[in-house]
Amino acid sequence: MTEHEHYEAVVVGAGPGGAAAAATLAQHGVETLVLERGADAGSKNVSGGLIYAEESAPYTIDQLFPGFREGAAERPVDEYYIHNIAGEKVETFDLHDIHHHDTEWCDAVLRRKMDSWLAERVHEMTRETGGGLLTGVRANGLLREGGKIVGVTFDELDPITADVIIAADGVNSELARDAGLMDWEEPEDWFQGVKAVVDMPPEAINERFDVADDEGVAHLFSGDLFEGVRGGGFLYTNEDSLSIGTVFHLDSLSVERAEPHELLDSLLTHPLLAQWFQGEYHEREYAAKLVPDSKKVAHPSPHRGRLLLVGDAAGQMQAQGPIIKGMNHAVTAGGLAAEAFAEAKSRGNEEAAGTLYQQKLESEGVMDQLRPTRYRATRFLSESDAVNSIGSSLLDSAVGTAGIKLFDGLLEKSFNSPFVLGMIPDTKLSYVTVPTRIAEVLGDPVYDENDVEPPALDDRIGDLTYDVDDPHIEVLDNSFEASGTAVTACPVSAKDFGGGCYREETVETNGHEEKKVSLDTQPCVECGTCAVVADTHWEHPSGGKGVEFKQG
Amino acid sequence: MIDYETLRTPCPCNTGRVVIEMRMVVLTKGVPDFREGKVSFDEDGHLERGKTPTVMNPNDKTALRAALQSKVKHGGTVSLMSMGPPGYAEILQEGMDDVYADDLYLLSDREMGAADTWATAMTVSTGLEHLDETPDLIFAGFKTADGETGHTGPQTKWCLDINDAMPDYPLITHVVALDVDEEAGTVRAKRLVEGDVSEIETIEADLPAFIVTDPEFEANYRRAEHRLRHKDFRDETQQRAAEFGEYLADDTDKEPTEYEDFHMWNHEVLNLDPDYIGLDGSPTIVAGVDPIPKAPSEREATMIQPDDDEGMEEVFEELNQYAVGD
Repeated sequence: MTEHEHYEAVVVGAGPGGAAAAATLAQHGVETLVLERGADAGSKNVSGGLIYAEESAPYTIDQLFPGFREGAAERPVDEYYIHNIAGEKVETFDLHDIHHHDTEWCDAVLRRKMDSWLAERVHEMTRETGGGLLTGVRANGLLREGGKIVGVTFDELDPITADVIIAADGVNSELARDAGLMDWEEPEDWFQGVKAVVDMPPEAINERFDVADDEGVAHLFSGDLFEGVRGGGFLYTNEDSLSIGTVFHLDSLSVERAEPHELLDSLLTHPLLAQWFQGEYHEREYAAKLVPDSKKVAHPSPHRGRLLLVGDAAGQMQAQGPIIKGMNHAVTAGGLAAEAFAEAKSRGNEEAAGTLYQQKLESEGVMDQLRPTRYRATRFLSESDAVNSIGSSLLDSAVGTAGIKLFDGLLEKSFNSPFVLGMIPDTKLSYVTVPTRIAEVLGDPVYDENDVEPPALDDRIGDLTYDVDDPHIEVLDNSFEASGTAVTACPVSAKDFGGGCYREETVETNGHEEKKVSLDTQPCVECGTCAVVADTHWEHPSGGKGVEFKQG
Repeated sequence: MIDYETLRTPCPCNTGRVVIEMRMVVLTKGVPDFREGKVSFDEDGHLERGKTPTVMNPNDKTALRAALQSKVKHGGTVSLMSMGPPGYAEILQEGMDDVYADDLYLLSDREMGAADTWATAMTVSTGLEHLDETPDLIFAGFKTADGETGHTGPQTKWCLDINDAMPDYPLITHVVALDVDEEAGTVRAKRLVEGDVSEIETIEADLPAFIVTDPEFEANYRRAEHRLRHKDFRDETQQRAAEFGEYLADDTDKEPTEYEDFHMWNHEVLNLDPDYIGLDGSPTIVAGVDPIPKAPSEREATMIQPDDDEGMEEVFEELNQYAVGD
């Protein structure tokens, strides 16, 4: 048997989940090695941009990393609005109550800055235990002995064994897939987020959003501005930029053959946003990310042997209507996984860490937030077509219109209820039809002219930084039927666009024409969309290779 | 000969292994910065020394990286040594900042000036002999960016041989990979032997040894503990370099020689006869320097500005004949 390098704990991924796990392990004196595939922590990470600290959570990021809010975050976000949109008519609800429900604080963040700040501290903390944090190292699979998971294999390092392996390697976790705990099968299990970080001087933000230097605001958008694709948009204020993005159900995006970058542009160019841009638009970075729908894929038992999954890798991303919480759950899960291992170790039974972790996720209420019982109870009925069509016709009827008018205040109230939100079905009714009808009936038109011109897709790709490696994705079936959806669903590809990842080609074989799909991974932003919607063999590029986000 | 038995100490990796605390010295030279935008030539194609900044010879950084790799994997100290005017302290600081150095040695005085490779080798070998410990590994880079001779490393090794006090260093050139076996007191190196078909030759030699790295040398860290230690060393050396930088700054009243890890030795300290070093000790006669004429271009260039519509039309016509497909 080869003698491998060994650490008590190996944490894969230096996002908030990995950082929380590593910090907690270090606090318990566990020798911890953290491995991050980005050239710098945060260079592979994208998020919409709000991190919450929940009052009820056993772990919060600022508690684990004192000085986090001052050093790593952008603006605190105290105000939270949703705009229901129908054409140019807009009805705005104040979501103050739901935003502040169980919230100690909420900050906008940009991941490059945040994660690299965390990584510096994680390295210091874990170095004292005999481990440390290394960037530019990609974990590519699990090391097994006698069928049991004993360690991790890497592109850049020889295999390493560990008593516990915490996989915090993100939504496309290769370790979770190697262990058979996650897959990329169903588009309905995923959302796709696309985001632009847009320059805006701090004084302009203060003035246009009516906030002070250390204040920020969040705006959400839903209704008919996304061509009927299920999902919505968001805008968060950073210190000297805005994070503006869209999040759509991947199944809806696929079926509608919608182009993610165009949907983002629909938001960016909507008259409602004119008041904030005032004719100026400079995009700093275009980014995209796959987002797990925890209601469907949060793993109820996110461990196998010595392997414990944390954060997106375990599907721990809560998105219910206007509530979008991921990073806080990753932090809690990371803390709990670490705590579980420390406890198991003190009992002399390290193998029990996984089971203990699962128990903690349940007893701390994390699992119920991720997979609400109410959602599970109502899902079957409310997502069925019958309920949908009855719902839609009711809304269109005179009775429906009267109802909306009558319940104006109550509607805003129900948007603010975690109880009601827990039951919201993932249908067009709740994402598109209801907001649109609300705006039609109650909304006031916006007359502003928004003449900003977001960059074309090739400029967006051209502005990104890449260190191109060998292709890391292989199309297994290049027929249009199997993989054609990627041409539109991939956020850096588009129909009739030659500079993206996926292209549609017509090939003549044996006298008849066939539509095929070809792939060039050079502009890949590593979101994982094509792993779900196309037939591929999907891997991350090697450590430090591929796209490098400067904002994230 | 060095008695390696008496030098064995516990390995810093805490595995209980016993290793030699190796003393490594890397030789370097300041060269004009030939990078685009930095280098300056006059009308006749002669290098303008005054207008071109001096930097550490790039190949020597490769040698320094090889020494750092040995320190990371096997422990020890890395010294960086050069011969040149007092301003070369900045070259040494550059190496310390960009790669690594525990301490710096500059052999410097007017008598050493204008030396050819022979006189340089004499001086540098005496510098190596003057160290308080005999080096286990001496590293030199493959030829300098200005002189391009590639002589100084091997000549220095030859000068060490004539001195009975120094051990007989095996000379291993064109090294692309390097590993030390502490227990056996040996070094194993891969050499790039260029020919019609390039080959990699593996050499094993006893320590101490004289290594000349090939530009293709790549440090290789496949263990996490090595990468972590490398990171620690990089942090340390950058701190040291920043500290030394304060002694080098124009607006300081500190003298570089006051910095504890910087040593400047003149010919008297080294007990060198001025007749055998510098210009007087250099048998090489440079008969003349001819700038290499630019190869005449076989193609004609027509300049067209992007806003010249007619011109761009011509470009399009020109390119169109090469267009493939429809």
